[in-house]
Amino acid sequence: MTIIEKIEREQLRMDIPEFNAGDTVKVHMRIIEGEKERIQVFQGAVIRISKGTTNATFTVRKISDGVGVERVFPMHSPSIERVEVVQEGRVRRSRLYYLRNLKGKAARIKPKNRW
Amino acid sequence: MTEKLGILGRKVGMTRIFANDGSAVAVTVIEAGPCPVIQKKDAATDGYNAVQIAFGEAKEKHVTKAMRGHFAKADRGLFRNTCEIRLAEAPELEVGQDITAEIFAAGEKVRVTGTTIGKGFQGVMKRWNFAGMPASHGHEKVHRSPGSIGHATFPGKVFKGKKMPGHMGNVRQTTSNLEVVAVRADENLILVKGAVPGPKNGLVLVRKQ
Repeated sequence: MTIIEKIEREQLRMDIPEFNAGDTVKVHMRIIEGEKERIQVFQGAVIRISKGTTNATFTVRKISDGVGVERVFPMHSPSIERVEVVQEGRVRRSRLYYLRNLKGKAARIKPKNRW
Repeated sequence: MTEKLGILGRKVGMTRIFANDGSAVAVTVIEAGPCPVIQKKDAATDGYNAVQIAFGEAKEKHVTKAMRGHFAKADRGLFRNTCEIRLAEAPELEVGQDITAEIFAAGEKVRVTGTTIGKGFQGVMKRWNFAGMPASHGHEKVHRSPGSIGHATFPGKVFKGKKMPGHMGNVRQTTSNLEVVAVRADENLILVKGAVPGPKNGLVLVRKQ
């Protein structure tokens, strides 16, 4: 193991659950406002997971008041309190950029069949 | 000249680590020391105060006979690199004693000296950030050229120091005010915020400031 790998491995968080593109997740973020600290929840569909060690990120997309909002979270950031997987989705690609062009009913993701 | 103590090291590479507030910090990992003191110089005998330190173990066949005799005085084996560090006051170190990464602490500012990556012969756009010429509108064969380099009969010459194409990189460079993010004394590692000059595995000198 190289020195760089060793340093990066120490930074990784093992408590983040495994999820894939198409899954609906709730991301609990720690927000610091002045002195106070509170938890903000961002719920939406994962449209992209970028691999890496400390560089790994995932993008969550939701529709807020009719406007599409996307947020990129660093996978191993200490600001993430926890990630909840609400629903697993059935999708056929790993990057769901096509959702940006769809609206309303068409932009839904079917839940995964779990027999 | 800072005239403060420093240490020789090897640039391992860059990565990023997370700070306590959740922000990601780009850091350079430097494997620093341990560097034994090979020779001490003081104002009485040499006219100035300095220590000579060494870094990187070497095989006997790679060291000249003259240097072998010089290293034998410290009795710490043979080394690839040596470096003299001038100090403002006479050092309290003994010959043969190790300088380790512990001389630095997290939060301290340091200056790092290295040899920049050699780029070879480069044009003015890469070397001096000139804008070049337009891609179209009648321009032909001049897209990356410097344009005019002077005036006419007066002054009748190109001024000294005019920025021209030439050799770029492979020069000694110092970056100041770099913050030490973490020191791992047991692994001889220093994590410095930001970039430092030189390629991976390049020799760097980290000094207090």
